[in-house]
Amino acid sequence: MTQLSNDEIKRYSRHLTLPGFGLQGQQKLKDGSVLIIGAGGLGSPLGMYLAAAGVGRLGLVDFDVVDVSDLQRQIAHGTSDIGRTKARSMKETIREINPRVDIELFETRFTCDNALGIAQNFDVIVDGSDNFATRYLVNDVCVLLGKPNVYGAIFRFDGQASVFDASRGPCYRCLFAEPPSPGVVPSCTEGGVLGILPGIIGVIQATEAVKLLVGQGKTLVGRLLLYNALSMSFRELKLEKNPDCPMCGENPTITNLIDYEDFCGSRDEEIGDSQARHNEIDVADVASLIEKKADFVLLDVREPVEWEICSLPNSVRIPRGEVRKRLGEIDSAKDVIVYCRSGVHSGATTNFLLEMGFDRVRNMRGGILAWANEIDPAMPVY
Amino acid sequence: MKINYFAWLKDKVGCEEEEITLPADVTNVGQLINWLSRRGPQYEDAFEFIEVIKVVVNQACAENDQAVKDDDEVIFIPPIAGG
Repeated sequence: MTQLSNDEIKRYSRHLTLPGFGLQGQQKLKDGSVLIIGAGGLGSPLGMYLAAAGVGRLGLVDFDVVDVSDLQRQIAHGTSDIGRTKARSMKETIREINPRVDIELFETRFTCDNALGIAQNFDVIVDGSDNFATRYLVNDVCVLLGKPNVYGAIFRFDGQASVFDASRGPCYRCLFAEPPSPGVVPSCTEGGVLGILPGIIGVIQATEAVKLLVGQGKTLVGRLLLYNALSMSFRELKLEKNPDCPMCGENPTITNLIDYEDFCGSRDEEIGDSQARHNEIDVADVASLIEKKADFVLLDVREPVEWEICSLPNSVRIPRGEVRKRLGEIDSAKDVIVYCRSGVHSGATTNFLLEMGFDRVRNMRGGILAWANEIDPAMPVY
Repeated sequence: MKINYFAWLKDKVGCEEEEITLPADVTNVGQLINWLSRRGPQYEDAFEFIEVIKVVVNQACAENDQAVKDDDEVIFIPPIAGG
């Protein structure tokens, strides 16, 4: 522990004069460390506020690079950061806010191979990830290491926040024991998200992280906060520890990290070596089929709001989540070509249709993005 | 009974909040879900993956066997993962 310098006393003066916080609270922040999983929508305000507040050491985990479509909500990154790694871009933003913070970058995916090693060196873990596999991984790592998991998640106009600390309350698995099957919950890319929303939820997470480090106030342990931006309302509900929780219950059956992609079924999302890979068609070939007026079904499995942005002519439109129920609308006697935005979800749908006995199904490789790139440069991409 | 649907459930059901009159033979959470699921295709669709949805009665999590009354407030909370 190093005492606050005169410069630091000046910088943090509004904390030092804050009743109940003071020099001791600021010293605890300086001696504390927070690991931020994800330098995106939630991670941006988290990193910026925790740095400004004077947390001594911050870890940033993110493998991704900044895309122009991230800038609507990921405010740690700017236009000149497009193409750079999010971890590095955020490090620079933080440096500018507060050069006294030690920053450790982990420009990698957070996986069961590296998670325990990374997380063990931090006091508080904050989950700003964007997928179920990582959320279950973060939870299990925190339960195994006995560390608090500051949780936040967003969808369209809705947000959730809590603090999961299995030593004194429920864990994420007590709330959501099983992950939803892939495709049940649209991602931010498909479902859209209000750009300000991660700011609100991320700032709540940052507040909880600061309270945990300082040891002040009543945290969200045992409570789930629900937020809706459209009605501008907060709701709160009680969460209880599940005595049968496989992770933190009385007789845990999970005592080590597992394969989270497998657990969440998300590996199937990657086309990999699956059947869809062998049943792909290039956009150029689809374009020539359209030009020849060939008789085939062009199946668009995106969401209705995506159809409004752009679409291919004469598509049969069935959102991916409804395909199972609306199989009767797809003519199995014809060739079927499935497309989505990037080719991943349509690949999963192609696999599904193959399993359902449609034997003339192909996935349009690269989706709308490839179409815009190779066939129609005037088509808007998103 | 006041029912709230959170996140993607409200998109599936088509509303965020509704008031219903509980039929006499619906006395617990499991029966409530069965009854709601039969109200139309959008409800059937919304409750298809009920095993991943948290049911909250009067601000506390509830299991299928928990009793419900007409003046209760129920919230259905699905998992979300965006960040």
